Amino acid sequence: MALKNINITINGKNLTVPEGITILEASNRAGVKIPTLCHLDLHDLKMVNKTASCRVCIVEAKGRNTLVPACVTKVYDGMDIRTNSIRAIRARRIAVELLLSNHPNECFTCPKNMDCELQALAAELGIREIKWEGEKIDLPIDTSSFAIVKNPNKCIMCRRCETMCNEVQTCGILSAISRGFSSFVGPAFNISMAESSCTYCGQCVAVCPTAALTEVNNTDQVWDAINDPDKYVIVQTAPAIRVAIGELFGMEAGTIVTGKLVTALRMMGFDKVFDTDFSADLTIMEEASELINRLENNGRLPMLTSCCPAWVKFIEHQFPELLDVPSTCKSPHIMFGTIAKTYYAEKNNIDPDKIVVVSVMPCLAKKAEAKRPELTKDDANNVDIVITTRELGSMLKEAGINFNTLPDSEFDNPLGESTGASVIFGTTGGVIEAAIRTAYEWMTGKELEHVEFTQLRGMEGIREGTVKINDIDLNIGIAHGLGNARKLLEDIRDGKSKYHAIEIMACPGGCIGGGGQPYHHGNIEIIKKRQQAIYNEDKNKAIRKSHENPYIIKLYEEYLGKPLGHKSHDLLHTYYTAKEKI
Amino acid sequence: MTRPVEISVPKAAGELPNEKFVELEKYIDNLDTTKGALIRILHKAQQIFGYLPMEVQLFIARKLNIPGSEVFGVVSFYSYFSTQPSGKHTISVCMGTACFVRGSDRIHEKLKEELGIGSNQTTDDGLFTIKDVRCIGACGLAPVIMVDDKVYGRVTEEDLPEILNTYRQKTIDS
Repeated sequence: MALKNINITINGKNLTVPEGITILEASNRAGVKIPTLCHLDLHDLKMVNKTASCRVCIVEAKGRNTLVPACVTKVYDGMDIRTNSIRAIRARRIAVELLLSNHPNECFTCPKNMDCELQALAAELGIREIKWEGEKIDLPIDTSSFAIVKNPNKCIMCRRCETMCNEVQTCGILSAISRGFSSFVGPAFNISMAESSCTYCGQCVAVCPTAALTEVNNTDQVWDAINDPDKYVIVQTAPAIRVAIGELFGMEAGTIVTGKLVTALRMMGFDKVFDTDFSADLTIMEEASELINRLENNGRLPMLTSCCPAWVKFIEHQFPELLDVPSTCKSPHIMFGTIAKTYYAEKNNIDPDKIVVVSVMPCLAKKAEAKRPELTKDDANNVDIVITTRELGSMLKEAGINFNTLPDSEFDNPLGESTGASVIFGTTGGVIEAAIRTAYEWMTGKELEHVEFTQLRGMEGIREGTVKINDIDLNIGIAHGLGNARKLLEDIRDGKSKYHAIEIMACPGGCIGGGGQPYHHGNIEIIKKRQQAIYNEDKNKAIRKSHENPYIIKLYEEYLGKPLGHKSHDLLHTYYTAKEKI
Repeated sequence: MTRPVEISVPKAAGELPNEKFVELEKYIDNLDTTKGALIRILHKAQQIFGYLPMEVQLFIARKLNIPGSEVFGVVSFYSYFSTQPSGKHTISVCMGTACFVRGSDRIHEKLKEELGIGSNQTTDDGLFTIKDVRCIGACGLAPVIMVDDKVYGRVTEEDLPEILNTYRQKTIDS
């Protein structure tokens, strides 16, 4: 049934709009901007945060005594709205001034300086003084984890993180605690983030308007390593970085800047600039072999991809009884760290203890993953330091590197060579598509005609496809966002899953939408453009199947033997541990 | 700068008796639906256990298949819910307007001093818990304190030791 249309007036302009929409939605249609703060509409991710707690979007509606919040108030026939009356403007300003009166005045040194929505709003509303001085909250800053810093003193109680954590990711870690002035957002029982079941997906950080939730900053460690003459510092960059970091330098979302990125990293002083894509190809060698092995030997099905550390931690806490379903493959950047400190070190006669592996990741969970006990045993960390796309951007700015005008250059070899299959690891659906490209050719012995499995692509939260390989109709499931993952996992638990292989990424969109990427500030179109760029980068590659990467072939010939062989099992595979759910 | 009240939920000091969990579980299982029933369940749990330590909150969260943070969010919001065990006797000091103007804040202070604990805390011997409450509807007798269900009106600071001793004696006698 078509929605009934109604007539309303916004700032004297007559409009016909569908019944049931909010004043804010109606204003957007009319091209009238109403400032917002707590409101966040990520429709494509099925998340709308409308707590109406900040009162920044209040407007005047004729005939109503009080101002109304535009984000939650629905329009009605004949409604006469003024968004910019002096009363609305002043009240809006007071709302922001009150928020600022209880906000630390430390923009200069704040990690969100110039990227903060509260700061931007204060500028937009022309606030020149904070009129009220009152009590300020003074709560301890939670630096317990390797991934996320929670500073409740900068929280404006917009509850976006809570909505993300509970409704989209279904992790249920963050909740408002206590009441009134003393209230804050945190895990149950006031335990630390590290003690909680947080997956460190970082989506709370991605939507936090202020610096109440930010990443653990490791940039100083990277500078120290680069400037230590005794260290041999290797950097690797994840597939999703090259299609996003340009945004930090004013480029259009989805601009591919792979060549500039390599040049910039070399200018920073890294000894070698390598590519996580290389080890993504390596992951496919192992993961496709594992899938074939499970298919042919009545192994546990479905097999789930294990590239995403937030997803791995999610299953450890939430479905500890299903720890035999994920592939045992280490994630690509961890595989890279291992290969760099074994094969590469031996081949080039470098003392592995002197090697520092720096991962540039779109992800906060990778920071914590690199510190997992089973991945850091044998004394040497596989990966030493993890920084995000944002952290790399700030380092480049700090170093005065004019990113936009840099010439292109190529990754170093051998760990810089990659295929199109590895590039698409950066988007939802990419890992499984890459695995199928290889598994198909290995199982059929035939060359794949069309390498692009378009049925596996897109932005729907849960997708599926069927690929015929010999006489098997291989059913593939894909989920991104942990709430979607939960649905597939519940089916597996209940014995109802029809899939042979499932790819799961914790972040909406996959790594391109990771918690360490440039802030999208609610614009999901940005993530879609990054996805398109990933597929374009795949198209541009001469080799598009992981098993055809010449340096990967060489790695197996010279060092590893064969996929799932003794050496690769030792070096490239891991295990999972059941964890408590709090 | 002020520091908001520190919130921490201790684990229960001793082992919580299993039969209490069974009782709570039975109560939850007998509900028509657990949807929207969290507060009711928490009331019941507090009635059974006397307070809501972390184990009990987690038990409810897992039983209802909701995050622990959601349960804790509710528990920490309502002052009715207590995460600390109460003493054998709860002394409620009325801080309502009538009692307040007649000096209940001094009574409150004196009581805390006598027992060496703060509000919402319990003495080491487990005998007394102090609570400050709002009007209990006995304004004519202000200032008023209640020990469990018994109301003491027109209380003076000097009366307090004797009142406390009554309850101490009762414990010894029993």
